[in-house]
Amino acid sequence: MAYVEKQDRGQLRVDVEECKGCGLCVEACPPKVIALGERLNHYGYRTAAYKGTGCTGCGICFMACPEPGAITVMRIVNRARSVEQCMVGASECASN
Amino acid sequence: MSSEMIAEYEVSHGKAKAFYERYERKDELQHQTHFCPGCGHGQTHKMLAKAIDELGIQNRTILVGPVGCGVFTYYYYDVGNISAAHGRATAVATGVKRSRPESIVIDYQGDGDLAAIGSAEILHAANRGEHITVIFVNNAIYSMTGGQLAPTTLLGQKTATSPEGRNAANEGYPLHVCELLATLEAPVYIERVGLGDNKQIMQAARAIKRAVENQVRGLGFSLIEVLSPCPTLFKMTPVEAQRWVRDVMEKTFPLGVFRDRTKEAQPRALPEAAPALDRIPQILGVANEDLPEGNPAVHDETAADLDLAVRVAGFGGQGVLLLGEVLAEAGLDAGLEVSWLPSYGPEMRSGTSNCHVRLATRVIDSPMVTNPDVLVAMNEPALRKFVKSVHAGGWILYNGEEFPADCEQPGVQVLACPFTEIADALGNARAGNMLMLGALLEMTGVLRDVNIDAALKRLVKNPRWTELNRRAIERGRELMRESRL
Repeated sequence: MAYVEKQDRGQLRVDVEECKGCGLCVEACPPKVIALGERLNHYGYRTAAYKGTGCTGCGICFMACPEPGAITVMRIVNRARSVEQCMVGASECASN
Repeated sequence: MSSEMIAEYEVSHGKAKAFYERYERKDELQHQTHFCPGCGHGQTHKMLAKAIDELGIQNRTILVGPVGCGVFTYYYYDVGNISAAHGRATAVATGVKRSRPESIVIDYQGDGDLAAIGSAEILHAANRGEHITVIFVNNAIYSMTGGQLAPTTLLGQKTATSPEGRNAANEGYPLHVCELLATLEAPVYIERVGLGDNKQIMQAARAIKRAVENQVRGLGFSLIEVLSPCPTLFKMTPVEAQRWVRDVMEKTFPLGVFRDRTKEAQPRALPEAAPALDRIPQILGVANEDLPEGNPAVHDETAADLDLAVRVAGFGGQGVLLLGEVLAEAGLDAGLEVSWLPSYGPEMRSGTSNCHVRLATRVIDSPMVTNPDVLVAMNEPALRKFVKSVHAGGWILYNGEEFPADCEQPGVQVLACPFTEIADALGNARAGNMLMLGALLEMTGVLRDVNIDAALKRLVKNPRWTELNRRAIERGRELMRESRL
């Protein structure tokens, strides 16, 4: 069951060459799973980086980001099936 | 079981299709916008692009861009783009929408553009209820030019040109565009949104989509004002600037819907599209088929270069300007290069009036006639004013019994006749100008009667003058011939 819980609802991709490191996505992200990275990109910006887990796929960071394609948010598509599967014996999934 | 549980993801929020894949701007920076980090223009651009995508109107959208930081809309949006002169985007959008009613015309402007130099344009476009969508990005400052005070600058806000902060006694109060336009009858939808926090951003995206949708539905004028951060000129970090929009700017510019008549508004039928460019001469009655064909000028036969400069002067009402215009129009008919430059005071009648006419075989450098070959003086004041300007070898046609002795110039020939009295005897004193034209034509020998007939047909529509004008011109020619005997 632990495995099922790890399936995040969302995924996040940052184009580090387009990101200008303004930090608005860091501020906007409700579960606070974005941070500014330590490394500088080609233009000298500390760009946004996904912490790796916890994305809900809400898309707020995308709307807050001023660059057209710096952030791409993805949502899980086979979640219905996952939920179905986890319904077999887990109530924790209700919170997912 | 585990293989089924591997999650698949698909993009839910990605770059809008309304944006180009890459931007044709500076060599290295084709993959990102020119905006500073944290600029509200970027967010507004994305919202608009998203709305265009969602409404499926990319192939019929025409975006009219501003002057200011938002100027490069044409680099980013893969739609029809026009760049308007500073402040005139609403006027341009009006023209585009009226000539292409099926397109979705979106006008994107900043506060320096829309609320300052373009305040007249936006006011009247809104008042006419033009079927356009206006996205108005208000960041309370002139950004592109370096942070000067804008009409929308807050009281007390320090800018490059208000270093002590905006003072109402000196710079007036912030201009509330939404409130102002909401006093008008015609606008269908006016809302002010902000980019101050997540909630505001989501509302802004909804409002922008709605404003575009209103146009798709044919409802009328919609405007969305977006309170937007400018971290660079607020001298804040992007996050601080965003909070400032929410905590400070919103106090002066309250968010909300100022006008919503989308429920009552009936979709108006699209106006008839403007005629194609090649049909316009026909509509104006100046199409080629209406014009007499090729009336070659007399000078062609002599093949000498022609450059005739004429000054016609007199009182307003004497037909000074018409005389010059007929001459120029006839020259046009004869295939010459022509210019006609009227010059008159504010008086309706009896003020002095004059015009410059040039007829030439070569391209005319200037329409000004400083030293005419021929001066047509329709009264004595006009004669006295311009007599010295006629160069040696030139002519003066003077409307008077006797040429004043002190006006005689060496090497200048004179024809003095009481043209007005003769015209009166012919039927109407107002044909005096045509008599003088006849004399001028006879003297210069440049144009033929067919050219003059064609010009008169175009310029004097009322048929009751046709016969009199013809006789007057003929009589003018006779007078010139008689004087040469």
